[in-house]
Amino acid sequence: MSADTSILKPAPLIEGRITPRELDDAVFAPVESFPTGRWLIAVSVTGAIALLFPICIANTILNGIGTWGVNQPVGWGLAIVNFVFWVGIGHAGTLISAILFLFRQKWRTGIARFAEAMTIFAVFCAMQFPLFHTGRPWLAMFWLIPYPNDQRIYQNFRSPLEWDVFAVGTYGLISFMFWYLGLIPDLATARDRAKHPFRKFVYGLLSVGWSGSNRAWTHYEKAYLMFAGLSTPLVLSVHSIVSFDFAVSVIPGWHTTIFPPYFVAGAIFSGFAMVATLIVILRRMFHLKHIITDNHLDLMNKIVIVTSLMVGYAYAMEFFIAWYGGVAVERYVFMNRAMGPYAWAYWTMVICNVVVPQLLWIRRVRRSVLLMYPIVLLINVGMWFERFVIVITSLHRDYLPSSWGMYIPTWTDIGLFVGSFGIFLTFILLFCRFLPSVSVTEMKAALLHTQSAHGGDHE
Amino acid sequence: MSELRHKQVGVAGLYDDPSALVRAAVEVRRAGYTRWDCHTPYPVHGLDTAMGIPESPVGGIGLLAGFAGLGTAIGLTGWLSAWHYPIHIGGKPLFSWQAFVPIYFELFVLFAGLTVMGLVFALGRLGRWHSPLHDSGIMPEVTCDRFAIVLEASDPNYSEDAARALLAQTGCRDIRPLIEYEEEDDAFL
Repeated sequence: MSADTSILKPAPLIEGRITPRELDDAVFAPVESFPTGRWLIAVSVTGAIALLFPICIANTILNGIGTWGVNQPVGWGLAIVNFVFWVGIGHAGTLISAILFLFRQKWRTGIARFAEAMTIFAVFCAMQFPLFHTGRPWLAMFWLIPYPNDQRIYQNFRSPLEWDVFAVGTYGLISFMFWYLGLIPDLATARDRAKHPFRKFVYGLLSVGWSGSNRAWTHYEKAYLMFAGLSTPLVLSVHSIVSFDFAVSVIPGWHTTIFPPYFVAGAIFSGFAMVATLIVILRRMFHLKHIITDNHLDLMNKIVIVTSLMVGYAYAMEFFIAWYGGVAVERYVFMNRAMGPYAWAYWTMVICNVVVPQLLWIRRVRRSVLLMYPIVLLINVGMWFERFVIVITSLHRDYLPSSWGMYIPTWTDIGLFVGSFGIFLTFILLFCRFLPSVSVTEMKAALLHTQSAHGGDHE
Repeated sequence: MSELRHKQVGVAGLYDDPSALVRAAVEVRRAGYTRWDCHTPYPVHGLDTAMGIPESPVGGIGLLAGFAGLGTAIGLTGWLSAWHYPIHIGGKPLFSWQAFVPIYFELFVLFAGLTVMGLVFALGRLGRWHSPLHDSGIMPEVTCDRFAIVLEASDPNYSEDAARALLAQTGCRDIRPLIEYEEEDDAFL
């Protein structure tokens, strides 16, 4: 430990010194205390919004897909916009938990658990839309999953829509297992801290008898590494495959090879913006500012600016190729995006995703909650509009001018979108209340290295 | 606690410092114990080597399962698309493996992931809710900030005095009997 290397060290994970027990106390405080008034108000508001979802679904099922604004030529409306949006939101969680783990980015520890939970809830919301878009969701599993059947009818495995079934299904399941694996030791801590027998029983059940045995840790650690290794290509594949839904078709504006990397960068961009949006509220609500520090926000905002540049590059390159490629319809579609009837959506997207995030180059903006918060909120808006632009503008002007039309979402469409946000936020609030939202296990191991809470006098 | 009938099933030594635990684990292994374990709040670096635990097979078996998933995907898509339920689209080849690559990849990951998760449960012996560490009151300490070595009485080398002497020799200042309640039903709660 020479003093010379100290300037090369990254900023501390945690502000101030903290013992493992104090860390447990801080992280488990929201889990172990009676819900505050603020939390109850928040969950009743999001719960009420979430109710919109079943109401609009009931309308869809009782009256059919005609209650949505989809028609010729725009056969994919807000449902697909929302699907792509929610799948994208999930990507930040896997990036943080898997890719940053493989790169040994210790700062991920503070936000990984929360981001992973967000992934699972976002994927859950995403799955609803294509499921109900099938029209008869109660039959959908027979259409989507190859199972031995009497009719001897099977799926078309060349279809990107069938790839989606496998990609999103695998992604949801793997993300859930990865998240749960990380939770097991923390659930054991929750079990041993619990006073009430019922709490002890529930956390005991969920922690599957975890005793911190090193003979279990050795397999656990290997498994964690395996999940990180599996999730890294998985997260890149999922949004690539989602982009194939578009890129494999022949619609102008969709049929481009830039789509997979463009979608993945956009997914990480929107995901990080969503993590930042929610974690700022979380750490304030549950007094975790010393564990989820301004330094975390700074680092997340750096990833936001990088991905913003990638997305901006993709927007520019799409236009360039449309011009350079010389296909008349392709050129028209892109001019129509920027100057046609949906130009407002296009420019909302460009301003929110490319122009405004440039402010994050300034260090003071990255580290100030007040200054960065409007930016990440606008990115959430902008990324939703990106999907809107891709889905709607390409479809509403296809090859045949006689079939051109406009897409106007109905109240059911909008209700489903708003309702899915309600479901997502309600899940997030419940998660923060019932499960440890920071991985105390990983945090304790990281503390040992950074501030040597133990052993300083032993060495 | 004491009103419940219990029996002693071993000895536990608690440490405050992970590096002391690692050094002690080396001593215990050298003393020839086989039925013993370390309990820690987080994975401790170097403890596997100190305890002489072999490399976990989770990674290797997981990868093999991934390849089994890949094989399943090739078989599933190929058999269904080319023989069992051929769909002719624009004269394209029926076994168009390039179009099946996404399915190959996803099933690789899915099979590997499920297997890895199953292996953690099976090899890590999870799903056994009962543990003498609960009965001895050691569990809350090792899931928070302390480190324990547990020597089980079922070890052929075990004798109470020798075990205590060994732990004391490694510098452990908190040595406790490991007990297990006779009536198990209420012990868990």
